[in-house]
Amino acid sequence: MTLEGLTIAKARRLIQAGELSPVQLVDAVQAAIERTDPAVGGYLSRDYQRARALAEKTDITLPLGGIPVAIKDVINVEGEPCTCASQILQGYVAPYDATVITKLRAAGAIPFGRTNMDEFAMGSSTENSSIQITRNPRDPERIPGGSSGGSAAVVAADEALASLGSDTGGSIRQPAALCGCVGMKPSYGRVSRYGLVAFASSLDQIGPFTHTVEDAALVLQAMAGHDPLDSTSLDLPVPDYSATLNDGVKGLKLGVPKEYFIEGMDSQVEARVRAAIEVYRGLGAEIVEVSLPHTKYAVADYYIIATAEASANLARFDGVRYGKRASAPRDLADHYGRTRGEGFGKEVKRRIILGTYVLSSGYYDAYYLRAQKVRTLIRRDFEEAFQKVDGLLSPTSPVPAFKIGERMADPLQMYLADIFTIAANLAGICGISIPCGDAEVDGKKLPVGLQIMAPAFAEARLLRMARAYETARLA
Amino acid sequence: MSAPHLDVRYIANLVRLRLTEEEVAELQPQLDHVLSYIEQLDEVNVDGIEPTAHASAVYNVFRADLPRDGFTQEQATANAPHSGNGLFLVPKVVEG
Repeated sequence: MTLEGLTIAKARRLIQAGELSPVQLVDAVQAAIERTDPAVGGYLSRDYQRARALAEKTDITLPLGGIPVAIKDVINVEGEPCTCASQILQGYVAPYDATVITKLRAAGAIPFGRTNMDEFAMGSSTENSSIQITRNPRDPERIPGGSSGGSAAVVAADEALASLGSDTGGSIRQPAALCGCVGMKPSYGRVSRYGLVAFASSLDQIGPFTHTVEDAALVLQAMAGHDPLDSTSLDLPVPDYSATLNDGVKGLKLGVPKEYFIEGMDSQVEARVRAAIEVYRGLGAEIVEVSLPHTKYAVADYYIIATAEASANLARFDGVRYGKRASAPRDLADHYGRTRGEGFGKEVKRRIILGTYVLSSGYYDAYYLRAQKVRTLIRRDFEEAFQKVDGLLSPTSPVPAFKIGERMADPLQMYLADIFTIAANLAGICGISIPCGDAEVDGKKLPVGLQIMAPAFAEARLLRMARAYETARLA
Repeated sequence: MSAPHLDVRYIANLVRLRLTEEEVAELQPQLDHVLSYIEQLDEVNVDGIEPTAHASAVYNVFRADLPRDGFTQEQATANAPHSGNGLFLVPKVVEG
């Protein structure tokens, strides 16, 4: 048994036919990790014994019965570490399950392994992890994207059938694009964040990484829905995502936002995405150009709103209730200052400082309030576009995976890596990245991602649009 | 207009982040650079535009006020750097 080419759908068929047991599947995951992860570095920790114990008693009649799912190190799984790849949370053991974990367990899935990430999900390359570097499975000299780089890399490298990530400004879609797998950000309010360590609460969403769109529908189905423990999760019915998956795109109107094809973007990325758009035309979709005029302000807007919220959310790391504490403090200010100064990495400090500044007296109106108003304009751009079209097609990232170290000295260059993904978070809509070919760079084939966006709570349509391309490509 | 400036040392003290001199020297120009980029939002006309605090328009969400299980004292203090007798132990902060 090998994980190569194995999808959740296939594994489920094998398990139900009695040709594969959940324990054998865990064995296969272990073999794949031992073979591949030393070179990739996607996992921070793993507990095979625990996974086997769960596999032995899993109910295989459930929708995800016996399927191991790797978990980004920002989501609490009872009894496992949840370090957010930060020094300040070394030694922390989660005392409870996040709601997505409770739901995955109820669907028969086995939460297994902790995946690497940028510290507290702040970054676009996973280089801000305080623990280890994760390498792009296609080229070890390149980054896997971020912040959910570990979750993307372990799926792309066939070390996991699926994984969970979190997406605040593109942290699922961008690494999925750069590693060459499917990564989906559900609409704001579709999936509960209870048990997700908060970064920017008005933007964060949890979503799946998978090999196929079909698998993404299966994982989302298990996680979606209202949770009384997250007041921002909406009480709306959850449609059957698999039921409409293969309905095709004939007759749908798909928009191509002109602001997403910019000067300076990689020519191979543009060519692959334009070719994918032609595939949609061939499948019977009507392609129209649309405009999202405030797109160019999305990155600036995001770095005010996200850092403001982060500066408040990360105030909880005070060295009292959990995490590391600086030794022998002189006084209270010294206790806090050194605990946080020693515990947080550089990018986290940059963002806390920026976020505090934009919220501070005298600057609040000029930065934070103005940013919230610009956010309204960005949201309206999408509302107007979705009155004309059913979905939007664009590149996920303007460039393929860049080299390790290349953007670390210049934070702004790193922030611009998310230029095409951030607006969806600000608007609260759903988006997905699917592989649409490769860019050849220095003799390496680097994956290119096609981003599809749909209105809030139109996940069924989003998955159906993504599946149409996937089916055509695999045919 | 002069280039925007954020006093890293001052803000870091407000948020209780002890920085080394090297960190201040590195973060200061980086943050000023990011701030200059962010200033482009000044071009946008936001007259009469309502702010968006979060994407889904739900307010005042209530759930049934029913008791449910929470952490035991032992669970709640299990991750504390210092604890004893089911309490969080902290450095002395009040003199006298």
